[in-house]
Amino acid sequence: MFLVATIALFIGMCLVLARLYAGPSLYDRVLAGNAFGTYTVLFIGVLGFLMGRPEFLDIALLYALINFVGTIAVLKYFRYRSIGDTSPTPYGEPTPVGKLKDRGARS
Amino acid sequence: MDVLINLVLFGMMVTTALAILRMRRLFAVVMLSGVFSLLSALLFVTLDAVDVAFTEAAVGAGISTVLLLGTMALTSRKEKMPRKFSPIPLLVVVVTGAVLIYGTLDMPSFGSADSPAQTHVAAQYLERTPKDTGVPNVVTAILASYRGYDTFGETVVVFTAAVGVLILIGGFARRRDEEEEGTD
Repeated sequence: MFLVATIALFIGMCLVLARLYAGPSLYDRVLAGNAFGTYTVLFIGVLGFLMGRPEFLDIALLYALINFVGTIAVLKYFRYRSIGDTSPTPYGEPTPVGKLKDRGARS
Repeated sequence: MDVLINLVLFGMMVTTALAILRMRRLFAVVMLSGVFSLLSALLFVTLDAVDVAFTEAAVGAGISTVLLLGTMALTSRKEKMPRKFSPIPLLVVVVTGAVLIYGTLDMPSFGSADSPAQTHVAAQYLERTPKDTGVPNVVTAILASYRGYDTFGETVVVFTAAVGVLILIGGFARRRDEEEEGTD
């Protein structure tokens, strides 16, 4: 049963990779990257049971944390156009989507 | 089955690397390199090197993604087309890869009991750690107690690098804003 789950996870990973490569918009790619992180978490969990070492589940939890922080960082980049300094737009006021492209082209 | 899982993971890593090569949109390249790190972390997990896998995931998928995005915010979002095909970098990469593969031929096979890592001092550490330090996890005891100064030095290096990067990113952003305010 765990073997079937592993195969299903592999198929899902391939689909997500295809979306990450082809995905027309940026948000497709952000979502695909996040989904791949989730697949990593699931795969480590399933692998633990497949190999008879269920304690891998704790490690999978840590990967969920990393995935969360990484996605937050990427989304913060989209909102503020930079990582270290948030001064271009004040807190609580996201850059309008139309303006995002201009700012991106300039910087 | 172990071999099969490793093969699938390796296949996905090769596919991702080829995709990174072909991609011109740098944002997609950043996301793909994060995926590449996650895949290699999975490979380390299947090899039972869980701590290495975690470092790979934290550095490759976490910090590197953030740093690359920060660099992209300061530079360009598209890769320029290469002007012409240059054979020397390809040659260097192929030769280095061949030398590395040649180097693995001398290594003991995975998990073999008579490899130097198992026979040399590991047994002594396993024996002495509970007596000397009282720390239940041997890896932690070696890192934080036997090699405490070493770990301390590494931490100082990483901390200094992080402070330097933060100063660079923050300083650039502020200077750019000041310039904009001056011209507007």
